[in-house]
Amino acid sequence: MTKLTLQRGIAIAVTFALLLLVFELVRRKRLSERYAILWLLAAITLFVLAAWKGLLTSLSHDVGISYPPSALFAVAIGLIAMILLHFSLAVSRLSDENKILAQRLALLAQRVEESGESRSPRAGPLAAGAPEAELAETARSQLAAEELSSSR
Amino acid sequence: MRRNLAIVPAFNEVDAIAPTVAAIHEAAPDFDVLVVDDGSTDATPERASRAGAAVLRMPFNLGIGGAMQGGYIYALEQGYEVAVQVDGDGQHDPRHIRDLLEHLHSDPELNMVTGSRFLAASGDGFQSSAARRAGIRIFSAVVSLITRQRVTDPTSGFRMTNRRGIELFARDYPHDYPEVEAILLMHAHRLRSCEIPVLMRPRLTGESAISSTQSVYYMVKVLLAVFVGLFRRRPTVEAPEPATLRTEPAQ
Repeated sequence: MTKLTLQRGIAIAVTFALLLLVFELVRRKRLSERYAILWLLAAITLFVLAAWKGLLTSLSHDVGISYPPSALFAVAIGLIAMILLHFSLAVSRLSDENKILAQRLALLAQRVEESGESRSPRAGPLAAGAPEAELAETARSQLAAEELSSSR
Repeated sequence: MRRNLAIVPAFNEVDAIAPTVAAIHEAAPDFDVLVVDDGSTDATPERASRAGAAVLRMPFNLGIGGAMQGGYIYALEQGYEVAVQVDGDGQHDPRHIRDLLEHLHSDPELNMVTGSRFLAASGDGFQSSAARRAGIRIFSAVVSLITRQRVTDPTSGFRMTNRRGIELFARDYPHDYPEVEAILLMHAHRLRSCEIPVLMRPRLTGESAISSTQSVYYMVKVLLAVFVGLFRRRPTVEAPEPATLRTEPAQ
């Protein structure tokens, strides 16, 4: 029975360490709560299964797994797959948003450049000596006006 | 301010871009040219700008789908009525732009016209490699089946859309290898498209954007997208947008 205790001891230590690590990362704001929830759920489930011997044994017996630690692995793999899928969703959403930002940036940069080009020759002597900041200001107000008129 | 826009996606096409822009200006003087620079590391955007094109500079490489959609958003916001995609590498002969435009205007029901290299008299022009043609044939069969309409060159990026098409693509455009999916997107939104024959040329310079390993990914990705797309609900017919929502052309 000592062998089993050692296994369980390791399982308990590892799952508890995972729980602590996730908690600590959230506390330091390195990991946002949004993503921590799944990790905490996984860590708690694994910790409970590792610590509560009767639960794991009866659970594995019920589903026909003769070696209880295998049930622990099965649950762990299931949870990890869920977390990975969640990450894939997050990555897809981020890359979509990233694309939209890049397009928006390119469109705005093109507008600013164009308004700068069309302005300087037309505005004549007044704008010819105008400081850079003033030109940028006019471009901004023009942009704002355009935005205003196009948003209606 | 012209009503028509040629959108030219370009990624590191420093040698081909200026001749391409010049050729479009010459063959289709009633088209403004927008070069969408998809994060080139060479002087592509400067050359394009000097050749007289408006340039949309993506801050990094978005892939052809994201770049093209940027072009369509530009067309939408600047109030263009017609947009045509022309590759930046010289494969698409700008002299066909007039044919595409004539065809688009010949039928008011039509929303998109694609230039097909396989409708031309057999063997004319650049037809791509045998393996690639085989892939195109598979797409062609699938797309024809879904749209119940003969589509011979679903991977052709030489296509022209009217305002409805611009509005759709500005809102929703597939990510990578967008051509096949774009046809189906049109079909899903009950917009009509057709093909006319064009001659394509081999690339002027540089490498094709698609290597052979990528071709496999291309096939799998597009077929997956097509398959999943079959299980999406077709949007109901959209009412034409009220005129007040349209962006006025910038001064």
